[in-house]
Amino acid sequence: MTERLATTVAGLKLANPTMLASGILGYTGLSLKTVIDAGAGAVVTKSMGLEPRTGYPNPTVVQTDCGLLNAMGLPNPGISHFKEEMKQLKSTGVPTILSIYGYSAEEFVKVAEAAAEMGADAVELNVSCPHIERAGAEIGCDSTLLTEIVKQVKKAINVPVIVKLTPNVTNIAEIAKAAEKAGADAITAINTIKAMSIESETARPLLANKFGGLSGPAIKPIAVRCIYDVYKAVDVPVIGCGGVANWRDAIELMLAGASAVQIGTAIAFKGPEVFSSVTAGIDAYLQRKGFKNVKELVGLAHNH
Amino acid sequence: MQIHSSKSSPVPPEFDSVNRMRVTKIVDIKQENCDVKTFTFVDKLCGKAGPGQFVMVWIPGVDEIPMSLSGITSEGRTSITVHDVGDASNALHQKKAGDQIGIRGPFGNGFVPVKGNAMIVGGGTGLAPLLPLTERLVKVADKVTVLSGAKCVDNLLFIDRVTKVLSGVDSETVITTDDGSYGIECVVTDQVEQKLEKEKFDMIYTCGPEQMMHGMFLLAEQYKVPLQASLERMMRCAIGLCGSCQIGKLRVCKDGPVLNSEQLRSVKKELGKFRLDLTGKRVKLQ
Repeated sequence: MTERLATTVAGLKLANPTMLASGILGYTGLSLKTVIDAGAGAVVTKSMGLEPRTGYPNPTVVQTDCGLLNAMGLPNPGISHFKEEMKQLKSTGVPTILSIYGYSAEEFVKVAEAAAEMGADAVELNVSCPHIERAGAEIGCDSTLLTEIVKQVKKAINVPVIVKLTPNVTNIAEIAKAAEKAGADAITAINTIKAMSIESETARPLLANKFGGLSGPAIKPIAVRCIYDVYKAVDVPVIGCGGVANWRDAIELMLAGASAVQIGTAIAFKGPEVFSSVTAGIDAYLQRKGFKNVKELVGLAHNH
Repeated sequence: MQIHSSKSSPVPPEFDSVNRMRVTKIVDIKQENCDVKTFTFVDKLCGKAGPGQFVMVWIPGVDEIPMSLSGITSEGRTSITVHDVGDASNALHQKKAGDQIGIRGPFGNGFVPVKGNAMIVGGGTGLAPLLPLTERLVKVADKVTVLSGAKCVDNLLFIDRVTKVLSGVDSETVITTDDGSYGIECVVTDQVEQKLEKEKFDMIYTCGPEQMMHGMFLLAEQYKVPLQASLERMMRCAIGLCGSCQIGKLRVCKDGPVLNSEQLRSVKKELGKFRLDLTGKRVKLQ
């Protein structure tokens, strides 16, 4: 990989601007290692909480037009269990970001402290899961509650705190500003969009949880708009997420203001190799356009 | 109709259609033994499935579970063979012909039939994906030896179908039961070892309880015969995203469910020992 692709986000040194999005693989150290081997610049784990959760019954992931709909229900073994898995990731030299969730500021703090202690390079606060009560998007829609959580977590740990936002708000820029003011070191935009799919023959919702979060190509234009708005509103870096399946998508999110891009759903139809193909595509674009470094791309669309 | 079947579609159309939920009716149910039934349905995409591939079966209002295909026909008449072991399989066992189920798939890689002297080893309902494989193998292999193990005579499966498929080709069938109520009284791997001592095989195919397959892996390594083993794991997405079926660096839904010797070596620390539970925690295999 070339120096052209190297970048820094919230103090994290990335060999390239791609990251694995939270929720994809990520239970075990080896599953994340696969993604690192495939060329990701950083990985984000499954969201971990204080206690284990089994998640919802199947169907938990269903196909819709242009995207996937999921309601996993945040299954996770609990943060303490991840310690063993984390050991396998420390030697890779690729930043591991621990995604965490909680039902209160106190819980967020406890999980964040455990994450920092086991060597997470950063934490990403999942305040945007669209299919869990009281712990996800309900926090990300309430700037007062969000402020309190970010402040407490920032006070408790010394590793960078990234806040992942939901697009299911009237004004995502306002929420991003609140997160920044509370001390967030970066903003990830966006989580999945609350959505639903109903099967006609059985007249039933397809997901066992009835509604869930839409991801994949369908949500890319929404992600681009949200990143654009957030970039304008805050000074901290924005990590773009939503519908990236190829290098052109990644470039689009960066032009909107993303310093790095997360990839998730595309792994289903492109495999983990999507990281190397996106990275190679970005590099070729930079060369062709005469950019010396990928950082020069960030937010360029705002010049027009 | 799919609105994005054009070439510029970001999601490959073939991926999209395979992963779509298709609701279909159960057209036939056959009681195989005391707690195993075979359900037949019609699904065009499953007609293109290879032996060893699996589908996600939606039992509306209950669950969605991974099932290997036990019958594949090019017209799409497809079957799954279900052991009544949990809530979802129990709900499926209550279904009648005409009832609706949903199908996604076929997923995964499936078995690769090769020429030469083939050994097929099934334990319990593990024989299910090995049946369509046997149907393919009799066309390409020089000889097919099927070893089928069950706890007791009441758990035996598919004896008639196996006999029928193997009739007229160079073949051998060995049945074992743990309690000796039918065939030879032993675990199936004992008979496998005896065969391996006497005969040179070019490929072993196996599916069954994972401890049994772990035993098969050790035997195959010892006798230096390549192995293809179909693994079972708890699954959710079935498309390689959620990580529920992770073993080592492999995703059973995508890199499997059939693992070859090299892949099995890469996961030997976990094979027959650990799996992930519903929370994603590594737990001991029962």
